[in-house]
Amino acid sequence: MNRMKLVMIGNGMAGVRTLEELRKYAPDLYDITVFGAEPHGNYNRILLSPVLSGEMTLPEIMLNDLDWYRDNEITLHAGKKVIEIDRIHRVVIAEDGTQAEYDRLLIATGSSPFILPVPGKDLPGVISYRDIADTEAMIEAAKSHRHAVVIGAGLLGLEAANGLALRGMDVTVVHLMPWIMERQLDREAADMLQASLEKKGLRFKLEKQTEELVQGGSGRVCAIRFKDGETLPADIVVMAAGIRPNIELARAAGLHCNRGIVVNDTMQTFDPRIYGVGECVEHRGVAYGLVAPLFEQAKVCANHLANFGIGRYQGSVVSTKLKVTGIDVFSAGDFSGTDAEEIVLHDRQGGVYKRILLKDNRIVGSVLYGDTADGSWYFQLMKDRQDVHDVRDHLMFGRNHLGDTGHKGESHAAAMPDSAQVCGCNGVCKGEIVKTIKTHGLFSLDDVRKHTKASSSCGSCTGLVEQILASCVGGAYQPADSRNKPVCGCTDHTHEAVREAIRKNKWLTIPEVQQGMNWLTPNGCASCRPALNYYLISTWPHQAQDDPQSRFINERAHANIQKDGTYSVVPRMWGGLTTPQELRAIADAAEKYNVPTLKVTGGQRIDLLGVRKEDLPRMWSDFAAAGMVSGHAYGKSLRTVKTCVGAEHCRFGTQLSMSMGVKLEKMLFGMWSPHKVKLAVSGCPRNCAEAGIKDVGVIGVDGGYELYVAGNGGIKTEVAQFLCKVPDDDAVLEYSAAFLQLYREEARYLDRTVHYVQRAGLDYIKSRVVDDAASRKALYERLLYAVQDYRDPWAERAAGLDKHEFTPLTLHRRGATTSGQAQPA
Amino acid sequence: MIGGEQTGIEPPVMAEWTGVCGLDEIPRRGSRVVELGGIRVALFRTADDQVHALEDRCPHKGGPLSQGIVFDRRVACPLHGWQIRLDTGHACAPDEGCVRRYRIKVENDQVFIAADD
Ligand code: SRM
Ligand SMILES: Cc1cc2nc3c(=O)[nH]c(=O)nc-3n(C[C@H](O)[C@H](O)[C@H](O)COP(=O)(O)OP(=O)(O)OC[C@H]3O[C@@H](n4cnc5c(N)ncnc54)[C@H](O)[C@@H]3O)c2cc1C
Ligand code: SF4
Ligand code: FES
Repeated sequence: MNRMKLVMIGNGMAGVRTLEELRKYAPDLYDITVFGAEPHGNYNRILLSPVLSGEMTLPEIMLNDLDWYRDNEITLHAGKKVIEIDRIHRVVIAEDGTQAEYDRLLIATGSSPFILPVPGKDLPGVISYRDIADTEAMIEAAKSHRHAVVIGAGLLGLEAANGLALRGMDVTVVHLMPWIMERQLDREAADMLQASLEKKGLRFKLEKQTEELVQGGSGRVCAIRFKDGETLPADIVVMAAGIRPNIELARAAGLHCNRGIVVNDTMQTFDPRIYGVGECVEHRGVAYGLVAPLFEQAKVCANHLANFGIGRYQGSVVSTKLKVTGIDVFSAGDFSGTDAEEIVLHDRQGGVYKRILLKDNRIVGSVLYGDTADGSWYFQLMKDRQDVHDVRDHLMFGRNHLGDTGHKGESHAAAMPDSAQVCGCNGVCKGEIVKTIKTHGLFSLDDVRKHTKASSSCGSCTGLVEQILASCVGGAYQPADSRNKPVCGCTDHTHEAVREAIRKNKWLTIPEVQQGMNWLTPNGCASCRPALNYYLISTWPHQAQDDPQSRFINERAHANIQKDGTYSVVPRMWGGLTTPQELRAIADAAEKYNVPTLKVTGGQRIDLLGVRKEDLPRMWSDFAAAGMVSGHAYGKSLRTVKTCVGAEHCRFGTQLSMSMGVKLEKMLFGMWSPHKVKLAVSGCPRNCAEAGIKDVGVIGVDGGYELYVAGNGGIKTEVAQFLCKVPDDDAVLEYSAAFLQLYREEARYLDRTVHYVQRAGLDYIKSRVVDDAASRKALYERLLYAVQDYRDPWAERAAGLDKHEFTPLTLHRRGATTSGQAQPA
Repeated sequence: MIGGEQTGIEPPVMAEWTGVCGLDEIPRRGSRVVELGGIRVALFRTADDQVHALEDRCPHKGGPLSQGIVFDRRVACPLHGWQIRLDTGHACAPDEGCVRRYRIKVENDQVFIAADD
């Protein structure tokens, strides 16, 4: 097949990221040719700062070496600058005459440092800070010279100054404005930052306008002179006074340009064959100078180049972080506005400054100095436009205060020693994470999870890992937009979009969904298949086809897999109540099948641990004979309803909590849900059944029950929120069922109720479950319909269902007769 | 029908093939376990009816791969989610490791394993 020709101009971070994304979508669509003015593969430009400061070396910051281009059959013209785009003949022409024809063209030429138009700007010793060559020139100059002047106290200027100082130079930073990093920081934060940089040996000259760079006897620059007449010695001058998008090429080719090359939401320029991404483009009036938004652009652009056409770039909210070791500054959003409300914490002695700006109960900006641990949390809240009304009074104290950052509450990510353990589940230390981020050029939380396993299990250290990532890659880290999170790497569609499509199209099988929504992989993956399976059976109960092969083994085998491959069995004890017969059946089964461990669980029932898979059906059939059913201790389903003794026996009891618990558990038996669901019923507010940390907690009070929802006692303890008070048992059943049905219909797979309610808001839940009786009744009915006629899965399997699941195969020989042992192929 | 061996090289005539089961005894996107000379071997059947055989031990911490979710040409280990390639036995990046592979052929909807090479 004749492939289309794609030519890319500019071999930098945004462009190459586009090619990488394109490779995922459509590996064979194009013959690709790349022109890059620099004589290298693609490297991680943002890590030039640690290279300059001596914390890293050049080979460590390569992202795509020359082998990568070869392996992906991409023709790379490294060191060839393109000087013309001929749109009539659809060719690009490089300085040395090399030409390439295109069907589609991608311009990713980045930007160039802005050089102040002052006399002496071209003298030897005057350097800008953009690429490897500049960095090498600075390192070289630092070896033999003493005085450095950096013009511009933005991110880049400060990082350059810090690097040069670490290389032994006397560095003065010159800035036109009254305070440093004025685009990102307010005056307070800037002053504190300046003071700590001064402690590191940097000097500052603020509100200084450069008039001339003075030539010395050797022909090099020797001094800088300001408008006010003052001069400073300068053996090198680094220009870091801003950047200008590289648009000359595009403008000469007649493409519409403003400050950058103007592109639309699909990253197309004025000429639809020509796309643009990166610092060279301007989208909805904004030209970005940080990589996170450029990577978002790359994704959308690749999607279109691949002819998928479902992505749209709608602009980004950006955050920045200064990459100077030992100094923590974070800034995001807009903090210049006057109509915003602000919350400020300022501890000058302690070196901490935090300012959060709010508009309509939503965060619109934040500046943090000294303690930036919560930067990414504020940023996430801001991006998600989350209503923070409920947490406003403790917002300032951070996510940790809300119980979200990891068990130890460690906060100063940058200050942590390398040996400090970050992830308790997988035993990963900070040093390992930092090293992996740097050597593999990682930018996203997902990548860090995959490579280091940190934060990939229980997730309680996520905040901390995000912090470490942010301190390594600066503003390049952008937390994923949790509102538009795709289901997994197999698709760009969100959970919500998938659910909606299943409902609208009445899809009943996983392949229907995957075909209908253009899944990128042939049959999904271990993340999306269980989610799709759940969405199907919860949307179309009794009609959708349940796919056992898309269920995690525990749900397929109806028992919990153990580390040694055996299983555990937990029979249901309704409401935590049992009988001598049941206990006898458990004791008998334990003896008959040599069960090594019997344990009382945290859910008020008994666990038989270490059962051989082959024995499961027979053990279940013994339980069925004793009238016992599956406890679903393995499922994204109803787990337990804990109860206290209640008014049946207790001298304080106001309600019959045991019988209420049994009624709830019987009603919900057979309910599949996005994640596991746990309930508890206490007979009085002493709350011995711990109803305050359950998905649904019921507390008996005089004259009725109080209902609490969305508690969680697991990874991070969340106290359940008061939903309403109800008069009697029937109302408890109806309201609880309605709440759980809403969760079943609207939550994302693997969200516990707490996550769902945090997103949807308690007010919304109340509007559907408490205030609107018709809505509540309808939800209740739908839940009852979904669980009706549910048959105990154990009894079904004891009777022979899915027999193959529990029986190993045995060999029957054919052919030659030697009984040799199998060999690896 | 072609089996899991994707090299295109015919198994040597000497190879001793042992019948294991009918193709339809292994669920699509699922697996069965067979014991071979004291070793548990997992037979996987992909969505397009390829059959692959791997030792039933994850290179990470020995998890039973047969119990994992099968998709494309991979299985996700049930214990900690490593992904293992069925056709090569290698763990997918960024994880590293490799599990023993066995040769398989499928003839007339019957699955055979090479018990000797
Ligand atoms: C058996 C039991 C521990 C015990 O011996 O007491 C247990 C055992 C497991 N828990 Fe648990 N949990 C048990 C009570 C709890 C409780 C307490 C409770 O239910 O009152 C909690 C906190 C309450 C809560 O969930 O809000 C609890 C919070 C977790 C979590 C964290 C959930 C979260 O959203 O934060 C997980 C991980 C998960 O589900 O993803 C988990 C996961 C697990 C798994 C299933 C791990 C796994 O995925 O394989 C464990 C299975 C062990 C095995 O091999 O059988 N277990 N687990 C308890 C069974 C109760 C039952 O009868 O069904
Ligand atoms: C020292 C430093 C530190 C930084 N730190 C951070 C940070 O902490 N966080 C952050 O988010 N961002 C940071 N940035 C900014 C970030 O590096 C840029 O936003 C990003 O690299 C821009 O990507 P791009 O692909 O648009 O441009 P580039 O990466 O600059 O790539 C453009 C490429 O095109 C080439 N080119 C230009 N014209 C032509 C032509 N006519 N023909 C052929 N090739 C051409 C250029 O030589 C260049 O290699 C930093 C930048 C620097 C310099
Ligand atoms: S039973 Fe629960 S707390 Fe205990 S090790 Fe397993 S998952 Fe962790
Ligand atoms: S044992 Fe397989 S992933 Fe850990």
